[in-house]
Amino acid sequence: MDVLIPVMAAAVRSGTPILYATLGEILTERSGVQNLGLEGLMLMGAFSGFSVTYSTGDPWLGVLTAFFVGVAISAVHAFLSVSVGANQVVSGLAVTMFGTGASSLLGRKMIGLTVKGFGKVPVPLLSEIPVAGPVLFDHDPLVYISYGLVLFLLWFIFRTRQGLNLRAVGESPVVVDAMGLSAARLRYLYTMIGGGMAAVGGAYLSLAYTKMWGEGMSAGRGWIAVALVIFAVWHPARAVLGAYLFGGVGAMQLRIQAAGTSFPAPIMMMMPYLFTILVLLVISVKKGKGILIDAPGALGVPYSREERT
Amino acid sequence: MVSAGRVPLVSMRGIEKTFVGVKANSGVDMDLERGEVHTLLGENGAGKSTLMNILSGLYTADSGAIVINGEPRILRSPRDAIRAGIGMVHQHFMLVPTLSVWENVSLGLDDQPFFLDKGRVIEKVGDIQKRYGINVDPMAPIWQLSIGEQQRVAIIKTLYRSADILILDEPTSVLTPQETRALFRTIRQIKAEGHGVIFISHKLDEVMDISDRITVLRKGRKVASVNVKDVTKESLAEMMVGRKVVFQIGKTLQNPGRVVLEARELVVRGDRGRVRVDHFSLDVRQREILGLAGVSGNGQGELCDALAGIRKTEKGSIKVDGCELAGRRTREFQKRGVSYIPADRIGTGLVTGMNLRENIALRKYWRKEFTRFRLFIHWENIAGRTGQLVERYSVVNPGLGFPARMLSGGNLQKLMLARELSDDPRVVIAVQPTWGLDVSATLFVRETLLEQRDRGAGVLLVSDDLEEILSLSDRIAVIHNGRLMGIVEDPDSVTEEQMGLMMAGTCLEEFSPPSGDGSLGQEKEVTPSP
Repeated sequence: MDVLIPVMAAAVRSGTPILYATLGEILTERSGVQNLGLEGLMLMGAFSGFSVTYSTGDPWLGVLTAFFVGVAISAVHAFLSVSVGANQVVSGLAVTMFGTGASSLLGRKMIGLTVKGFGKVPVPLLSEIPVAGPVLFDHDPLVYISYGLVLFLLWFIFRTRQGLNLRAVGESPVVVDAMGLSAARLRYLYTMIGGGMAAVGGAYLSLAYTKMWGEGMSAGRGWIAVALVIFAVWHPARAVLGAYLFGGVGAMQLRIQAAGTSFPAPIMMMMPYLFTILVLLVISVKKGKGILIDAPGALGVPYSREERT
Repeated sequence: MVSAGRVPLVSMRGIEKTFVGVKANSGVDMDLERGEVHTLLGENGAGKSTLMNILSGLYTADSGAIVINGEPRILRSPRDAIRAGIGMVHQHFMLVPTLSVWENVSLGLDDQPFFLDKGRVIEKVGDIQKRYGINVDPMAPIWQLSIGEQQRVAIIKTLYRSADILILDEPTSVLTPQETRALFRTIRQIKAEGHGVIFISHKLDEVMDISDRITVLRKGRKVASVNVKDVTKESLAEMMVGRKVVFQIGKTLQNPGRVVLEARELVVRGDRGRVRVDHFSLDVRQREILGLAGVSGNGQGELCDALAGIRKTEKGSIKVDGCELAGRRTREFQKRGVSYIPADRIGTGLVTGMNLRENIALRKYWRKEFTRFRLFIHWENIAGRTGQLVERYSVVNPGLGFPARMLSGGNLQKLMLARELSDDPRVVIAVQPTWGLDVSATLFVRETLLEQRDRGAGVLLVSDDLEEILSLSDRIAVIHNGRLMGIVEDPDSVTEEQMGLMMAGTCLEEFSPPSGDGSLGQEKEVTPSP
């Protein structure tokens, strides 16, 4: 057990950035928009968060900046997918390419620098609990915020009027429109907020996880988050499970490598990605067997009122 | 009914609406009084739904005025229309399938700012149910409800918003006769409370039954507004179509032959993995039309897809002329002489972006006479054949090289028939073959199906129009929830009432043998066999 506690704690830590991105994408996709730009958004978040923290010394300002950078970039995606009705896959890929390119270009001078970033803040009392304490309550503030975010989203999506609108617009925008709400406004809103959350996930990497900036440092976590949304069946609670599972696989392979094994390191590093493919495979097989995988009905389909077929 | 000096509830004047080149409404006027049911009558494509979508704010009129309760209104969005007291029950009900009844009712209400007050919504829904005699479980998710129940939810939704003007777009097309009667009771209650109801339909019997006034539209224009007591079914039909209409259809008696299509214990799953056809068996014989009646969405589509070989069967057997085809490729079905006229002629039936020749070629291109050296398509021969077929089936077209999407609905269906029926098929499966067609195209399709039957094919006809089933079929099978409810051997011996019960899920054996009075109200010309 004592060996497992640090691994589980590490799983939470390395799962947190994926969790932010997954929760963000759940909001976006529940509104009916698919944003494949998560990887680019995470990189832009990591870079912008780092550079603001480096120049001001305040990591909170960094996180805030990352959030708004994410909001701004996804606004472009929202414009293309909602107002123009463009192909959302293409637009999302463009966001990823933009984010990858722009962050590496702008971040060149930042390579090798470090920031103080977020440190561990054990929660009084709670962190004393055996097992759960060190695993869950001995982390930096961004981890605690992600706990709160999950609870908030569960309540928001399933218990509030706004959440009902969100669920409805992703399922049947025409109904939302006929009931006198604006489908476009809802989709803009949640695409932008979702993008902001993905960028915060990126900022976690550069401000809390490594405390430095590295080109392409999200290393595919954005894509893993895209897959996790499906694994989570668009449900925030299952997103937690998925994110920590993936974080755990990542943390485990680092530890096994560190312990020294003859197993080739590159293959160990492939583990999280192989795991992603495996999970998608299992889900697809299940789907074929008649188990409902409830993707929002209008996911990826642009809506325009007077369009006639 | 219409007294002078009173302000009408709704007054629409000179409504114009054009969709890319197609004039859907031109200069349409319509008034609605308090306490009246005003029917909009017209063929498909006459502009009824467009006019009502304008009144409900979903479309914006190009020009024209709308006055509600004496007050000129500009309805820019559904929100404006809801505020003006207009509630519309659309043909596709505008419900979110994954949400529950009460959640759908709550959607877009602005009386509660942030929290969902489930208790209050459910209580108010209960009140409405009592007052109007509508029954549905508020906790059930929409996808679990039958089409009839979904319609009731849609009606509750508009009543919850205390709509003063209720628009019902073709509400009876998805109901059993019993459900239709219940709906009419609700409509009369709404009317008695002094609200106005606009009822859209093209079924004349119903229109005569429920309306106070009728406005007839044809090709986007208003033909007349009349009081129901001043007209007959025949005169309405003439106004609607623009010429005299023959209701009768010539049908000769035939002696059915061997079984050509035999299905046993078929199990088929739908697109979302649920079992949609549940151990279903049927036989179609030569020289007969087997009608398959049922409320739409009870597995008819999946069953026919499976019988035509384009959907996988999970269990069971499909035999054509005694040859087992279940699990075989689609082309095996086609080579055995199975023709398919699917419900969505644009999605499954034809490729509207391809030209007429190519659409005809789709089912024939591999055949020897249409290839060169068995490798290349022989376009000259295909073009020749297409020319003949277009002539024989009188498909009005701008040219064989034009994309099929340029054809009107009726001509698209004729093209579809031309492709599927020209090779003297053994089995013809036709799903909703006259859906959305005008009167003359409908007649053409029905006569073509009868021709196929007389020629010796076995025809399986699926329709949710009970009248169509009763007038064309030699025998009738009824499907409910993917199960066979029974087979009526003699359509004249069954009442519409009994059909309705079966369509709602009662097995044929469950009620006493029909008295055989044949009180169907069907005009049918049957010549006895020699």
